[in-house]
Amino acid sequence: MANVNPVQNFDALKVLPSEKSMEAYTLHLADNALIMGHRLSEWTGHGPVLEQDIAISNIALDYIGQARNFYQYAAELINQSAGGSQVPSFGGDLGQASEDSLAYLRDAIDYKNNLLAELPNGDWAQSVLKICCFAIYQFYVYQQLATAADPQIAAIAEKSLKEATYHLRWSSEWVIRLGDGTVESHQRMEKAMEEIWAFTGELCQEPSFDLGFVDYDLLKTQWQQKMMAVLNEAKINMPVSAWMQSGGTEGRHTEHLGYILAEMQFLQRAYPGAAW
Amino acid sequence: MNQTQWPLWEIFIRSKQGLDHKHVGSLHATDAAMAIENARDVYTRRMEGVSIWAVESSHIHASNPGDAGEFFDPANDKAYRHPTFYDLPEEVKHM
Repeated sequence: MANVNPVQNFDALKVLPSEKSMEAYTLHLADNALIMGHRLSEWTGHGPVLEQDIAISNIALDYIGQARNFYQYAAELINQSAGGSQVPSFGGDLGQASEDSLAYLRDAIDYKNNLLAELPNGDWAQSVLKICCFAIYQFYVYQQLATAADPQIAAIAEKSLKEATYHLRWSSEWVIRLGDGTVESHQRMEKAMEEIWAFTGELCQEPSFDLGFVDYDLLKTQWQQKMMAVLNEAKINMPVSAWMQSGGTEGRHTEHLGYILAEMQFLQRAYPGAAW
Repeated sequence: MNQTQWPLWEIFIRSKQGLDHKHVGSLHATDAAMAIENARDVYTRRMEGVSIWAVESSHIHASNPGDAGEFFDPANDKAYRHPTFYDLPEEVKHM
């Protein structure tokens, strides 16, 4: 096993929301993907049907892939602004950022994902509805980011857009099948709506570190139009309440994120620099 | 429809360099759209193909192995059916 370096400081990993917008924005995109992916991975081996177990695991892997791309870029940016440009492998100098240290060594208060990502999977209805809400957001956000001024963000967005397009197709079809299905499936989809609706507004809210890559008003309009179209076909009512939860991008998370990180980060925090 | 299982579908995939769709397996799905998406998730994960055909298994009709004798043996000893008894002119190089 590699030398276990005692952790010196995590200062390099602290990126405050309103400062250093580029690093913060990239981390926001990365955290969204990682937490979505990690949550969905909880379905692996527990899917209702073999083919759907594989499908949802694939989607989780897509998200993890996106997270890696964004974390690698964020690490570069953080290290550059700190004066270095090297991105060490995990287990090396922990004072510098790497994709692994960003994913595994930051606390919940430093995570900038939207709250929707950390919500529990619930039953199949809740999971597909969660993916659908998120996929609609990613579909339109990546479309805009694909022409962003930053070439690296644009490249990652363009590649991820294809994945998001498939996630949108897959999840919206499931929402429709369950919503416009049997009495039980419809009830479960209604309940899922109640559980997660208040967390969907944050997706289209402009975060404090926004750089102008994304027109959030346009995003909101597109998101609502697409969501309404899907819900209409699924015979599900869009809730009337306009009040939305927020705070994820500022590090104010639900109680769920703590548990997620405790599970996800345990190994790397208990055995810093572990390798196999 | 069997109440405890979704319909079974046979899946055919054409690889990038291939000309025909080959049978790769089967899966359960409720409708054609799901069958194709499931096939994409299950049978093209590692870039095995670029085109998917899905057919409900109940729509495939197969020859009975027990009839193999009457179906296929008679063709075995009829050499005159093979196109090999004439010489091709030089000009027709790629027949």
